[in-house]
Amino acid sequence: MITDPTGVSSDTRERTADSCGADSSGAATGPQRPPATAPPRAAPQRRRRRAHTPLDPRPSIPLTLVTGLVLVYTLLPLVWLVVNATKDQEDLLDSFGLWFGKDFQLWDNISRTLTYDDGAFVRWTLNTLLYVAAGAGGATLLAVLGGYALAVYEFPGRRAVFAVVIGAVAVPGTALAVPTFLMFSGMGLANTPWAVIIPSLVSPFGLYLMWVFTAQAVPSELLEAARIDGAGELRIFFRIALPLLMPGTVTVLLFSMVATWNNYFLPLIMIKDPDWYPLTLGLNAWSAQARTAGGEPVFDLIITGSLLTIAPIVVVFLLLQRYWQSGLAAGSVKE
Amino acid sequence: MRTNSRHRIVAAVAVTCALTLGATACGSPDPGADSAAKDVAAALEAGGKVTVWAWEPTLKKVAADFEKKYPKVDIELVNAGTNNKQYTALQNAIAAGSGAPDVAQVEYYAVGQFAIGKSLEELSPYGASGHDQAFTTGPWSGVKYGKGIYALPMDSGPMALFYNKKVFDRHGIAVPTTWDEYVEAARALHKADPKLYITNDTGDAGATTSLIWQAGGRPYKVEGTEIGIDFGDTGTAQYTGTWQKLVDERLLAPVTSWSDEWYKGLSDGSIATLSIGAWMPANFVTGAPAASGDWRVAPLPQWTKGAKAGAENGGSSLAVPKASKNKALAYAFVEYATTGAGATARVSEGTFPATRADLESQAFLDTPFPYFGGQQANRILADAARDVGAGWSYLPYQVYANSVFNDTVGKAYVSSTTLAQGLEAWRATSAKYGTDQGFTVAP
Repeated sequence: MITDPTGVSSDTRERTADSCGADSSGAATGPQRPPATAPPRAAPQRRRRRAHTPLDPRPSIPLTLVTGLVLVYTLLPLVWLVVNATKDQEDLLDSFGLWFGKDFQLWDNISRTLTYDDGAFVRWTLNTLLYVAAGAGGATLLAVLGGYALAVYEFPGRRAVFAVVIGAVAVPGTALAVPTFLMFSGMGLANTPWAVIIPSLVSPFGLYLMWVFTAQAVPSELLEAARIDGAGELRIFFRIALPLLMPGTVTVLLFSMVATWNNYFLPLIMIKDPDWYPLTLGLNAWSAQARTAGGEPVFDLIITGSLLTIAPIVVVFLLLQRYWQSGLAAGSVKE
Repeated sequence: MRTNSRHRIVAAVAVTCALTLGATACGSPDPGADSAAKDVAAALEAGGKVTVWAWEPTLKKVAADFEKKYPKVDIELVNAGTNNKQYTALQNAIAAGSGAPDVAQVEYYAVGQFAIGKSLEELSPYGASGHDQAFTTGPWSGVKYGKGIYALPMDSGPMALFYNKKVFDRHGIAVPTTWDEYVEAARALHKADPKLYITNDTGDAGATTSLIWQAGGRPYKVEGTEIGIDFGDTGTAQYTGTWQKLVDERLLAPVTSWSDEWYKGLSDGSIATLSIGAWMPANFVTGAPAASGDWRVAPLPQWTKGAKAGAENGGSSLAVPKASKNKALAYAFVEYATTGAGATARVSEGTFPATRADLESQAFLDTPFPYFGGQQANRILADAARDVGAGWSYLPYQVYANSVFNDTVGKAYVSSTTLAQGLEAWRATSAKYGTDQGFTVAP
C-alpha cells in the first residue's frame, strides 16, 4: 500500500514538498533525469515519515487496539441507530440489526415521525428547545455572572458561599427531585414549563467552574487598569472580562445544554401533560404505547425519533468544540 | 427512594383506615344519594373542565362526543403514563395535595390499593350502584372494594386462546382444549421445529394470577383489613403442576411480553399461542400486521375436560380521585364513557366491552375480524366473558405485590426453584408487606 503512489496522503506530499518539490514535474519531464534515481528518492521519503517527534509519537500497538475497541464500543450504538432508522417496522423485527433492510425508509420514517400523533414530535422538539434555551441559557448566564462576582469581588461571606457551592456540587440532582416536586406542587407550578426551567437555572458546578476560570483567565491588573481609566463595573465585565471568559462560558453552556437536553427525571415527575413533554419523555411515551392493550407499537418511529433527538446535540458539540478545547488548555502555560 | 416514600404514605393511610374502620366503612362518606345524583345533572348544566388521566386510546373519541353533547364541558385528556407510571404520578399528586386529575384510569387489580388509600371517591351516592346489572361479573367485582363502588368498568379482558393456525396446520397439531393437551402440543411443536414455542413466559404476575383464577384457586381473601393469602389450594396446585412441566422442559420462549422480540415472535409464528385477555385483537392488528390471516381465536383450554371455566386478564376502569375539584361533573363523564353511547362508541373503536348490552348486541357478535381470517371472534370472547369464575379478589396492595413477583416467582424461570416454592416466597413477601402496612394477614 505504501508503494502505491495514490496511497500517499495529500498532507504527506505537502510536508515533503519543499525537499523534493520538483519530483512530480521531474517525473513529467522525465528524459533529462535518469529514471534509476527515482526509487532511492522514494525510500528516504518513507523513512522520513516514520521519524517520530514528541508531537508525532511512535504508534503503540496495544494502545491503538484499546483505543480502537473504545471507538467501536462508542460508535456501535450510533451506527445501529442510523442503520435501523432506515427500516420500517417489519424490517426492524426481521432483518439483521447492523445492516440495512429491504427498503431504504429513512425519509419516509422521518416524515412519519414528524406527523404521527398530530405532530407531537415537533411540539416536543420545540418544548425541548424552550427548556434548553431558557434553562441552559439562563444557567450559563447566572453561572458566568456569579462566578465572575465571586472571583473578582471581596465581600463578607464569600467563604460561606464557597462552602455552600461545593456542598451543592456534591448533591445529585436526583436526590433533590422529589422535594423540588413537592415544593413546586405547593406553589402550583407543577405541570407547567416553569417547573422544568426554574430548577435547570441553578448549576452549582457551572458556577464553580466559572469562578475558578475567572480567577485564572482575568488578571486583576487588567481590571484595575480599566478602573483607573474610568470604566464602570458593568462596562468592565462586558467589554473586558466577558471576551476573556468565552472558553469557560462555552464549556458551561455545553454542559448545561447537554444536561437539559437529555434531562429525563425532572420533567418525568414535574410534567404530566404531553403537550409540555420534552423529547426524552415523548419518546418514552411512544415506547410505552407498545406495552398496553389497544396501544400501537411504533418501534420504527421511536428509533427514527431518537436519531432526530441526538442530531442537534451532536451538531452543537461539533460547532462549539473549538472553543471548548481552547478552554481546556487555559492556564496551563504561564505566559 | 420515591417508592419508599410512597409506601410510607400508603402505610400511614392504611393504618388510619384500620383505626377508623370500626366506625365507618373506610372511605365511604354518605352525603345522601339523592342530592349527589342531582348534583351530577346540575354540574352538566353548569359545565366546567374535567381533567382525565388515561392511556386508553379510544377515550379520545368519547371525549369529543361528550363535549359535543355538553358544549359547556371541556374534557382535557392527558396521557400521564401507562399503568404503574400513572399510579406513581397519581400517588405523588395526591400526596402533594395539588395537580391530581378529576378522572383517572385505574386497572382492576389496582382499584383496591387506591380505594383503601382513601384516594378514590366512593361512587354509589352519584348513582353508580344503579349500574350493578349493566356490567359483567368480572369487571364489576373489580371496581368494588368492601361495600363501596370506587370506579366504573371501562373494558374487560376475559381470557381466550389466540393461536397461530398456520403453524398448527403446518405441523398437523390439533388446537388444545385442555391444559394437558396444551402441554402435549407444546412438546410436539418444539420437537417439530426447535425454534417454535407454544407461548412465551418469563414470569408475569397478571397471567399467573389469571390462570390460577381459571383453575379455581382463590389465593386472596379480603375482609376489610383482614387479609388471607394462601397458594395452597387445589386450583393453584393444578396450575403449578401443569406449568412446571412447561418450565422444566423448556417449552416456553424466554421472551418478555410487550417487548419488540415478542411482537417479532407473534409475527413470525415462533410464539404459537397466547392465553390472554379479549382486548388482544387490536394489538395484533397494530403490532404484528405481517401475520394477518395466520391467527385465530379459540376458547381457553380447560383444567378439567369439558368444563367451562374462565378468568379475567387485565382491564381497567375509570375512577374519580377524592382530590377532584368537580366530582359530580367528573362522575358524569365516567358514567358516559363507561355506559350507554360512550361504551358503544369505544367498542366500535376496538375495545372489548364490559357492558352486558354491548356484549349481547348482534352487531358486536357478528363482527368479522379480517385479521383472524374473517372469524367472528367476538362470539368466542363473549362466551368467555360469561364463563368468568366468581369470587376472585385481588390484594388491596396488589400493585406492590405484582412489583415483587419477578423477585420471587420469577426465579422459577431461571433457576432450580419450583413455581410452588416461588409462589410460597411471593406469599411470604406479600404477607410481610401487608403486616407492615397495618393489615392483619392470616397465613
